[in-house]
Amino acid sequence: MKRVYADEKWCLGCHLCEYNCAFANSNQKYMAIALKDKTIYPKIHVEEAGGKSSITYALSCRHCSDPICVKSCISGALSKNDGVVQIDQDKCIKCFTCMLVCPYGAISKGENQVVQKCELCLSNTCGSPACVSGCPNNALIYEER
Amino acid sequence: MKQYVIIGNGVAAAGCIEGIRSVDTKSRIAVVSEENRPVYCRPLISYYLEGMTTAEKMMYRRDDFYAANGCDVIYGRKAVKLDPDAKKVYLDDGSEYPYDSVCIAAGSSPVIPPFAGIDTVKNKFTFMTLDDALALENALAPNSKVLIVGAGLIGLKCAEGISGRVASITICDLAPRILSSILDDECAHMMQEAMERRNISFMLSDTAVKFDKNKAYMKSGKEIDFDILILAVGVKANTSLIKDAGGAVNRGIITNSRMMTSIPGVYAAGDCTEGFDFSFGSTRILAILPNAVMGGRCAGANMAGGHETFENAIPMNSIGFFGIHAMTAGSYFAEADGGEMYEEKNGCGIRRLFTKDGYLTGFIIIGDVEPAGIYVNLIRNRIPLSEIDFDLVKRSPSLAAFSDKYRNEKLGSVV
Repeated sequence: MKRVYADEKWCLGCHLCEYNCAFANSNQKYMAIALKDKTIYPKIHVEEAGGKSSITYALSCRHCSDPICVKSCISGALSKNDGVVQIDQDKCIKCFTCMLVCPYGAISKGENQVVQKCELCLSNTCGSPACVSGCPNNALIYEER
Repeated sequence: MKQYVIIGNGVAAAGCIEGIRSVDTKSRIAVVSEENRPVYCRPLISYYLEGMTTAEKMMYRRDDFYAANGCDVIYGRKAVKLDPDAKKVYLDDGSEYPYDSVCIAAGSSPVIPPFAGIDTVKNKFTFMTLDDALALENALAPNSKVLIVGAGLIGLKCAEGISGRVASITICDLAPRILSSILDDECAHMMQEAMERRNISFMLSDTAVKFDKNKAYMKSGKEIDFDILILAVGVKANTSLIKDAGGAVNRGIITNSRMMTSIPGVYAAGDCTEGFDFSFGSTRILAILPNAVMGGRCAGANMAGGHETFENAIPMNSIGFFGIHAMTAGSYFAEADGGEMYEEKNGCGIRRLFTKDGYLTGFIIIGDVEPAGIYVNLIRNRIPLSEIDFDLVKRSPSLAAFSDKYRNEKLGSVV
């Protein structure tokens, strides 16, 4: 199945993926209305590996073959369907056990503390990851590996 | 075609069903369920009383889970005997179920110490099942004075669940600190103060020695009046089926890394078992939901002829009380035992990382919720701290602290 892969060699650290993600999941038609003066809760995060090299990369759910978050979720809110790890935010009770077990730090708190994670834009109107299509330097790739 | 039997219908059983189905999609599975309901999320019973979830939302799997997985669930029955020679399980109504392989996922039961006069207490409850929670809910009233015996996870979660619905809550425990299984002294104290600000009273290093109707007589000589008594002293693993059949049992059922008991064809998973605590280096009961699901899944796959192992189990908890969150995992070795501790305090939060021999062995985080899975990964997979930038990961857990090779592998390939 197709997943989002990050190539830190090309990442500029511009954070555009975060804005595109928040916009894609906002259900708004215009980016300004969706994001201006608002706290955004992107499901992809740019992280920096400090030091001399100052490497940046964008991190989102790896949609693991055997996801430990799904097996650890105490409310049955996380599940894997057709390869995509999804969260039923209505069932989430904000215990954050998934954040305790995700080895990549790819799960985060969203609005109202409810857990959120990348679902590859398959559940919103984009149909394919907005972070990838909006990346100006092709540092994010959506493909089968 | 094989005949599978699962004793128990909690999350370990659900994991077992899914494990069997990952290998064998055809043979029937008989599930013996003591409770009269489909598998649900037991840790959510306090959230139910708090009004944070509903009985429907607490269901662990979809409505068609059993039908879709070819399961025959026998509700309201208890397995009373396992006959490994005849390869049969006997239920309390005299019925018998033959098996090719069976999984014991019988969970645990509340411990009720033989308190003097406990029989004179009318409104007394344990807090393990949804039925327990519903019975307790029936007794709750705005003017109720509640006494909880036991300041562990169950007792404190119960307190949180009912605190908005009763007049007062007092919690006593023989231990000198709350949450003694997951917190050290100082962290426990922080959490206790936070709960005291929410009008929960504690009586630590003290316990009830005698009850007389609505009064508890404490070891310290104090007396407490209450309307509702909740017994959350602890739990014991349900091991009798294996023990009576001559299988190896310690405090929990003993299994190998494939979740096989000492009896051929008999597997076990979940709170009724003991597991090897990877962070501590010895066997102990690791009664947490993720381990039950993972152990159950492993047992199921192997019952159906697969070859899975479940090895790197560690204790880990992510749990909030009255809006203050704690994440803990692994083991905390004292300096005398060769352990070292790194500590960071900020505002009302604390982060303690415990290392030993160049490895992270455990941590306690209170306050800010962090992507602590980075730390859990270091413990579970025993990654030498020399291979990462530990100074960076101490301050902020992220993949940034790992080598370029490790990170690129995780972000650039199927994991």
